[in-house]
Parts: sequence; structure tokens; C-alpha cells
Amino acid sequence: MTLLVVENLAKSFGGVHAVQGVSFSLAAGELLALIGPNGAGKSTCFNMLNGQLRPDQGRVVLAGQEITGKPPRQVWRMGVGRTFQITATFASLPVIENVQLALLSHRRRILRFWKPLAAEDPAEALALLERVGMADQAQRPCGVLAYGDLKRVELAIALANAPRLLLMDEPTAGMAPAERVALMALTARIARESGIGVLFTEHDMDVVFTHADRIMVLERGRLLAEGAPEAVRADPRVREVYLGHEGTH
Amino acid sequence: MLGNLAVQALSGLASAASLFLVAAGLTVIFGVTRIVNFAHGSFYMLGAYLGWTLATNLPRGHVPFWGGVVLAAVIVGLVGVVVELLLLRRIYKAPELFQLLATFGVVLVVQDAALWIWGPQDLLGPRAPGLRGAVYIFDSRFPLYDLVLIGIGIAVFLLLWLLFQRTRFGILVRAATADREMVGALGVNQRLLFTGVFFLGSALAGLAGALQVPRESVNLQMDLAIIAEAFVVVVVGGLGSLPGAALAALLLGQMQAFGILVFPQITLVLVFLVMAAVLVVRPYGLLGRAPAGHAASLHIVEPPIAPLSPRGRLVAAVALGLAMLAPLVLADYALVVMTEICVAILFAATLHFIMGPGGMASFGHAAYFGIGAYGAALLVKHLAAPMELSLLAAPFAAGIAGLAFGWFCVRLSGVYAAMLTMAFAQIAWSTAFQWVAFTGGDNGILGVWPPAWAVPKPVQAWGALVLCLGGAFLLRRMIFAPFGAALRAQRDSVLRAEAIGIDTMRTRWFAFAIAAAFAGLAGGLFAFTKGSVFPTYMNISRSTDGLLMVLLGGVQTVTGPIIGAIAYTGLHEQLLRLTDLWRAVLGAIIIALVLFFPRGLAGLGAKQ
Ligand SMILES: Nc1ncnc2c1ncn2[C@@H]1O[C@H](COP(=O)(O)OP(=O)(O)O)[C@@H](O)[C@H]1O
Ligand SMILES: [Mg+2]
Repeated sequence: MTLLVVENLAKSFGGVHAVQGVSFSLAAGELLALIGPNGAGKSTCFNMLNGQLRPDQGRVVLAGQEITGKPPRQVWRMGVGRTFQITATFASLPVIENVQLALLSHRRRILRFWKPLAAEDPAEALALLERVGMADQAQRPCGVLAYGDLKRVELAIALANAPRLLLMDEPTAGMAPAERVALMALTARIARESGIGVLFTEHDMDVVFTHADRIMVLERGRLLAEGAPEAVRADPRVREVYLGHEGTH
Repeated sequence: MLGNLAVQALSGLASAASLFLVAAGLTVIFGVTRIVNFAHGSFYMLGAYLGWTLATNLPRGHVPFWGGVVLAAVIVGLVGVVVELLLLRRIYKAPELFQLLATFGVVLVVQDAALWIWGPQDLLGPRAPGLRGAVYIFDSRFPLYDLVLIGIGIAVFLLLWLLFQRTRFGILVRAATADREMVGALGVNQRLLFTGVFFLGSALAGLAGALQVPRESVNLQMDLAIIAEAFVVVVVGGLGSLPGAALAALLLGQMQAFGILVFPQITLVLVFLVMAAVLVVRPYGLLGRAPAGHAASLHIVEPPIAPLSPRGRLVAAVALGLAMLAPLVLADYALVVMTEICVAILFAATLHFIMGPGGMASFGHAAYFGIGAYGAALLVKHLAAPMELSLLAAPFAAGIAGLAFGWFCVRLSGVYAAMLTMAFAQIAWSTAFQWVAFTGGDNGILGVWPPAWAVPKPVQAWGALVLCLGGAFLLRRMIFAPFGAALRAQRDSVLRAEAIGIDTMRTRWFAFAIAAAFAGLAGGLFAFTKGSVFPTYMNISRSTDGLLMVLLGGVQTVTGPIIGAIAYTGLHEQLLRLTDLWRAVLGAIIIALVLFFPRGLAGLGAKQ
């Protein structure tokens, strides 16, 4: 089933054409990697998909519903979770409350003024943290966590609204190689189990070729190639502009 | 008729000229050092007093008079240099709120210094030699001196323009204003540049003050009166923009001149309404630009908050128990102080609510205290309502005001948000001050007495304890509840909060209104314990009192505002009894606090 359809998306910043006419689609349960050199426009794509940026042109359709130009809050409510290239968590809140807040918001139970958040049932949040391997650090404030751990917390937060689509911008940046493979393996398992579509960017080619069902290569805002890992790996244009410089990022 | 209009326009130009002189200094100082200098109004006042002293003591004549004006400006410039060297130089990197407070400390010290040197009475200076007369425009008189003032305003603008375009100093000033990072690249020159800018800015304020001597009496209220208007000019024009300051001064001068013809009751309100409108439409002012480089933030990374430990709970319970027993044994005077402390605790807790968990700055929180007090008092005066009803109305009125004002304030951030909160507080203050028929103006509203059962001081103390500590307790619950967690969450990361469906703007807005409502309750209680309300309940000083309490206790802890309110009120009370120069001492304490204990009293206990 097609989950996400993106048509002809474009965005410029002043004179910089960050993204120019990108179209693709993504099926439920599929892991789609978006790769490309730094500055290719990957993060800009993500930001247009979850409503952080308004595209100059193009459409984004999620499960048959147009979401182009809707603010991030609404896009999230329609079942799109995301993680950020530069992690964004609530530094002064304990890990578990970061997740609990997302869970409460999902149930529209934020406007409560009496019972402490800490007294809410932690079971569900703990289960999510368990899944990403952060349960043992549940009580530590996010501000003191290691970068790789923050990435895990972000994944737990992104899973809190039982998303249909996960947008993960460099989910393993800052992690050790073994950790990277483990986190993406986990993501892949969750996606397959729950039928979540995942769009992710990643610089580690091992991770990409191990886990992606399909790969898109972005260069200077345009899609250069798209297809199954083997086909992309074999594509001479891709080898030239991207894989040739692997390791320089 | 035509003459009348022309004269009105000209007097608008004359006030624009002096407004511009003051605002130019403020905006140049901000542009380079990023300090919002509250003491700028004090420099203006100093210039006026010095100008008066020189004008009355020097021999009469053109040269001594104008020489005196220039000398006054230079002396004030040097005072500015001293303040920069001793104080501001050490806190350029501190959070904005601390800088603002430190300069407010200077305001207090200068106020008492002026009181000590020149005495409390208004001083009338001599008219300028040769400029006593008036010119006739059609058939209306216009003072010659005001015409000269307009000329001076234009001349100073042109001179400053030349200075900034043609000299190395000016080019450095412009570069530093446009780009923060540039300043660092200046190396050794930076200190000199900052000090030089302070001299120039302060001297301009001093010049403006000295030039006022032939026009109006010199008094101790000049500092805060002018600083509020200068802030408006600078913010409307765009912080750091000299042409912006000129444009805004022209606009405001004309608005005041003609506003007085059309709406004599609300000229002051009009000024601040314009500022609010400009900030909403153009958040960086008419000619201002969004700051390049990273925007300074009000907050250091916040530590997590924790509920009270079992021992803390025990201490709190014992303290509360003792406080409840105190009215049985304490004398009336002590009970009055105790009631005041309770009111202060609730007021400080409400301000802390938006500053700490909310991460917003407010320089006009007294507005909601005052609106609560006036709401209650007006009900009593005009409708003879009973206390119980009026006390209910107080938080209601303040909450509505908080919803209305807050809607705008939560859309801005940093200095701009702080300035907008101050503008709204000034609107509230000037309404109370100018709308004499309804609010009693300067004389306030008297006879706001509680019913017989609530007259005894112990009853009032109990009432204040229950309502104020109850209110503070409710706010505390909210901070730990999901709403408060969302509030802290949006402070930590707006990006993440929005990405999990939290409406950050609405969260801040509700928090603002809730804080306003509880501040209104504090104000209403205060009105009944004092039996009267005055415009001073919502002036800048009272807003600053709240800030001091919160900062004294430390923004980072939930218990901070309580400790801060007790310490500040106690200190204030003691100072009032011990010395006439309590302002100066308080100012010195504020300055010391900012310099040596930026984390507040509560931070003293924390291990570094
Ligand atoms: N907010 C912005 N303002 C101006 N330029 C931007 C902005 N965001 C991204 N860009 C520019 O757009 C291009 C694509 O950036 P980005 O999407 O972050 O690339 P990637 O994530 O692939 O490294 C870059 O040239 C970057 O400098
Ligand atoms: Mg990126």
C-alpha cells in the first residue's frame, strides 16, 4: 500500500535552490534511504515533509490526504514521527518524561493542571524506552546524555504516537559503528512489525545497503537515481558523484 | 486655526528633538554593547540637575549658558564611562535580564545621589539668555527656545550621521551594530570602543537633560518618565538604528502633540499602543533588522526541577505551621509585614511561573497586580460591591488582561518581549494615572476597606496566608503537572515540542494568563489590606521588585521565589527603617548580587 506520495517538491533559500522537483513514493513497512553529499538538500526535504518548511511548489500526500503546508503539530497528529539531524529533546526533563509528554500529547491530555507528570503510569513510556535500550537511563535528564543516547531517546519519542511514517534525519550520526547497525536493525524490525514506512538519511553505506529496501540519491537538490540497493550501487552516475567520495563527509 | 496647527506641529518637533537626543544615545549603546541601559534615564536626569547647577551659578550670558550645557553633557558622559568601567564591562556576557537589573541598580543609586545633592523639591532654572521670547506663526505664539531646540536636534542628527559615516570610530560602531561576531574580531580595540560608545551615549542623554532646564522644572521623577519614552522610541525605530530613532521620535512627538488635542485623556496610552502595534507588525521595529549572529537568550541551560525531599517537606510543613500560629502572638506591625510578605510571595511566584518554567521575560508584571487591585477597588468604589465579590473579580480582571496582553507578548522573544510587557504595563499605569474621573488619577482610590470581620490584623494575616500560599501552591502543582511539563518542554526546545503536537504559543499564552490572574489576586488582597490603590501599584519599580524577588531566590528552583520574596520584603522593610538612603543601598545590593551571585540566593546552597 502506498503510504506517502511526494510530487515535484521544491524549495529555495534566496538564491540557493536547495530542493528542485523531487518526486517519490513510499510504501507502508518499507525502508527508504535518502542519500547524498552534505548540502544536497536532504534535511530540507525532511523539513518540508513534516511541515517545518513550506515548499515553494509540489505536494505531499499521506495515505490519500494532502498534508502540504500543514504545521508540524498537525502533521504529527496524522501519524508522522520524526527525529532531527541535530537532536532536539527537552534537556531539563528526565528521559521518561520526554516520552511521557509525547504520549500525553498524543492523547490530548496536556492541558492538565493538578496531577504531577511523574505520577502518571510510566509503563507505556518505559516499554518504549525498553525497545530502544534506554530504560536504564529513564530517570536521567536529557541534558546529560551522550549524543548516541539522545538519538535513541528521539526514536522513542517519535514512536510515541504510533506513527505510520517515520522521518529519520541521520539517526545514527555520532554513534559508534556497532551501535549504528544495531539501531537501524531495531528500526527495521519495528517498521516491519508495525507496518511503518521509514524514510531515513544516513552517511554510513554499510547501514544503508544492509537495511534499505530502496535507495534514492539526491545531488544538488535533484534526484539522481532511485531503485533497489544493487541497482543504485551499480549506477555509474551515482558512483561518480557520490560513492566515489565516500568517507569525505 | 492654521497657526494653531502649525504651533502644535512645531511643539511636536521640539519634543521629538529632545526625545531623539536621549534615544540616540540609548540605541547606539544597545547597538554596540547589546545592553539595554535602564540607567540612561538617570543620565538624562543628571544632565538636567547639572545643567541647573551650572546655569544658576555661572554668570549670565550666551557663552556661560551654552558652555554650561556642554559641560553638563561631558560630565554625564564621564559618569557613563565610570559606570561602564566598574559595572557593565563585567557583565557583557551575562543574560539580558541580569544586565537590565544591574542598570536598574544604577537607577536607584543615582536617584538617591540626586536626592542627597539637590534635595527633593522641584528646581526651576533660568530661561536661556536671549531666547525668552516667542515667534508668531500666523497669530499663534511659539517659544523661541523650542525653535532652537529643534535646530539642535537636527544638528546633532547630522553630526552623528557624519560621525558614523566618516570616522573610523563611527565605522567600527556600525560594524559592531550590524554583526556581533565583528566585535570579537576587533580585539584590543573592543574595550575602547565600548567605553567610547558609553561616553557618547551618556553625553547625549546629559545634553538632552541640560537642554530641558529652560523648559521645565527639574525633578526626581524625570529618570523613569524619560526612560519609558526613550525605550518606546528605540524599540519602535528598531534597536540599534539611529535613523530609526529619529523617525520614531518624529512620529511620537507629533502623536503626542496632536493626541493631546484629540484624546487628552489617553496621550500616554496612545504612545504605548503605537509601540505595541509596531512590535506586532514589525517585531524588530520600523528600521530595525533581525539580529545577525546568534540571538542572546535569557536562559542558561535549565537544570531539572525536583519535588521537595522528605526533609524539605518537613521543613515546609513546620514553617507553615509556625506561620499559621504567628497571628496569635505577633504585634499588629509584624502582622502587617507578614501580610505583605504573603502578597509578595504570590506575586513573585506568578512572575517566576512565566520566567522560570515558561522561559519568558516580563518587565511589566506589575500590570496584572495593579489591574487586580484596581479591579477590586473600582468595584467597591463604583458599585459598592462587598469584599468577597471584589476579591473574586480581581484575578478575573487580571486574567482577562493577561489573555489580551499576553496574546501579543508570547509572539516575541528576548528583549523585544520584555519591552512589550513593559509597554503594556505602562498602558495600564497611564490609564490609572490619566483617567482621573474613573480611577482617581494620582490620588488613587481610597476607602477600600474590608468588612468588619476582616478588619483585625490577625484575620488579614490568616487570609493572606491561606489565599497567597494557596495560590503559590496551585502554581507549583501546575509546574509539575503535564501543563507545566509542556511549558518547560517548549522552553527547552520549541522545535521538539511542536514536533510532538504541543502548541507552544498557546502554552505560553495560557501560562501568561494564569500568572496574570494569580498576580491579580495578590493585587486585590493588597488593595484591601492597604485600604487604597494607587497608580504606583503598576509602575516600573513594582515590576522590578518582582524581578528582584525572583532573581534573588534564583529562577532555576521552584522554591526560589518564596525565599526571594521573603528576603526582599524583609530587606526592604529593614532598609526603610534604618536609612533614608534605602534606594541607594538597595541599588548597591542589586549590583553586588548581579556581579557576585548571578544564580540567586537559592544558588548559594547549591554546590558548584
Ligand atoms: N534555513 C536555511 N536558510 C538558508 N539556506 C539553507 C537553509 N537550510 C538549508 N539551506 C541550504 O540548503 C542547502 C541544502 O541543505 P540541507 O537540506 O541541510 O542539506 P543536507 O541535509 O543534505 O546536508 C544547503 O546549501 C544549505 O546551505
Ligand atoms: Mg542534513
